[in-house]
Amino acid sequence: MNQIKKLAGIIWLLLGPASIYFIIRAAAHEIAAKPGIDSVIQWGVFVVIFIPIAIGMSIFGYYALKGEYNH
Amino acid sequence: MKKQNKIWQVITASSLGTLIEWYDFYIFGSLATVIAGQFFPKTNPTAALLSTLATFAAGFIVRPFGALFFGRLGDLVGRKYTFLLTLVLMGGSTFAIGLVPSYESIGFAAPIIVLTLRLLQGLALGGEYGGAATYVAEHAPVGRRGYYTSWIQTTATLGLFVSLSVILFTRHSLDIDPAVSIAKFNAWGWRIPFLFSIVLVGVSIYIRLKMQESPLFSKLKSEGAISVNPLKESFGNKENLKMVLLALFGATMGQGVVWYTGQFYAQSFIENVCKIDFDQSRTILIWAILFGTPLFVVFGSWSDKIGRKWIMLAGMFLAVITYNPLFKGLLDLSDTATKTEVVAAASTKIDSVSIPSSQNFVRTVTSKKSFTDGTELTTITTETLYSGPTQTTIKPVVKITKVLANGIYWKMVLIVFIMIVYVTMVYGPIAAFLVELFPTKIRYTSMSLPYHIGNGVFGGLTPFIATLLTTMYTADALAGLQYPIIVAAVSVIIGTLYLDSKINTKHD
Repeated sequence: MNQIKKLAGIIWLLLGPASIYFIIRAAAHEIAAKPGIDSVIQWGVFVVIFIPIAIGMSIFGYYALKGEYNH
Repeated sequence: MKKQNKIWQVITASSLGTLIEWYDFYIFGSLATVIAGQFFPKTNPTAALLSTLATFAAGFIVRPFGALFFGRLGDLVGRKYTFLLTLVLMGGSTFAIGLVPSYESIGFAAPIIVLTLRLLQGLALGGEYGGAATYVAEHAPVGRRGYYTSWIQTTATLGLFVSLSVILFTRHSLDIDPAVSIAKFNAWGWRIPFLFSIVLVGVSIYIRLKMQESPLFSKLKSEGAISVNPLKESFGNKENLKMVLLALFGATMGQGVVWYTGQFYAQSFIENVCKIDFDQSRTILIWAILFGTPLFVVFGSWSDKIGRKWIMLAGMFLAVITYNPLFKGLLDLSDTATKTEVVAAASTKIDSVSIPSSQNFVRTVTSKKSFTDGTELTTITTETLYSGPTQTTIKPVVKITKVLANGIYWKMVLIVFIMIVYVTMVYGPIAAFLVELFPTKIRYTSMSLPYHIGNGVFGGLTPFIATLLTTMYTADALAGLQYPIIVAAVSVIIGTLYLDSKINTKHD
């Protein structure tokens, strides 16, 4: 079980940057599709709030990979 | 017996205040359209911009900041005074929103004042929950924390219930004529739910003032062992940070999306996708909440016996595998294409009103259809008819409203009730789970942040992302469900792998 936890850590570690890429791409696409201050604010808030969370996911993955959550 | 009475006083004082805070927070959201008309006219781009800020900033940015600010304060000066402060801040802001003159009266000052008050509401909410949950848990006997904190867990849903009930009651009680009553509500009656808040807050402050500080925090204080820097100890210490991250990704993230999908998105889906009338779409949720609320206590109490983990994860897992059929059920029940029309009962009414100082007309066609199962469908088509041959008729505005017959109405209540059961499974035990994960001296700070990111950010975003997905994949009315399903599925996997199924007894 501890081995699975460690291996799954790689997924969480990569999920962080993948989420950042996905949200920035979605934001750019949506702002381009509907230009306007409303879109910029909405997506700006999403990007600003999700980047630290995505970094948190990577840190979580790193801890998992290092075996910090092993029992 | 005396000890038993004391714990119930603690639960009453904490729950009542938290319920009022949720009530205050939700009435703004529930009345967003009316408020936008009063303070944020769409014709003015800056006012509309402030409206967007009020919606997004209060829900997503300010709540986690409130969690950090008040969490730190609660770990430094105590739980009692901190959650008293959040209550005053929330109640005062809500009451003040009810008093702000409209944009027409005072211009730009109106949306700026409302935005500021809304941000204060978000800040206060961020600080309230962690304090109330911590306060109750620190009074509860070890081994019964799930049961006692589950009473706090009922408050968010009951706050929504009270806000919907007060709004519906006020909307229909301002005049004998229902249409006049609704018009009066939209003009000035919407202020009543905000002003009413001051009565509730006054009672709650009176009760809370009489309460003592949490015994565990008092003990720490008397020993001089309170934290000097709760933020640093919570998030700068690896041992604690890894628990904060686990709480967020393995529990509160999934809990947040299940919570918001089962209540807010379900109601929005019934009203906007199924096209069920305003009152019915809200009373369906009200009944489902009323039947489901006792289950918070059932699951909270059960978690004292079998642990928190599997109840929470089972709620998320059930949501992941059944959301699609449940929402499809709502869609099918409201689909008039599969129903048999009573042709003799159909009617069409056409009204034309001339537009002043022009030869153009606004034509309104109201068509009513009845179906054998009792469902009634009203389609109102409004279009402008131009006299000049060179002018083109703009696209008509079509508003569809369905009123359900009793049998179908109660089937919808049953479906929403099932979703509320999932909400009670994920939410009932979570306060005890969070409290037990962190040591007393940094508990308020440590548990508040993952809770408000999970509930406020992941959960709060559900209606926006779900609606966005629906607009991207227009052929699939259920496309919006992909967001809560994926987020809850990730949480189930992380929780299953990394959460401990035993109750954490490491901390007081």
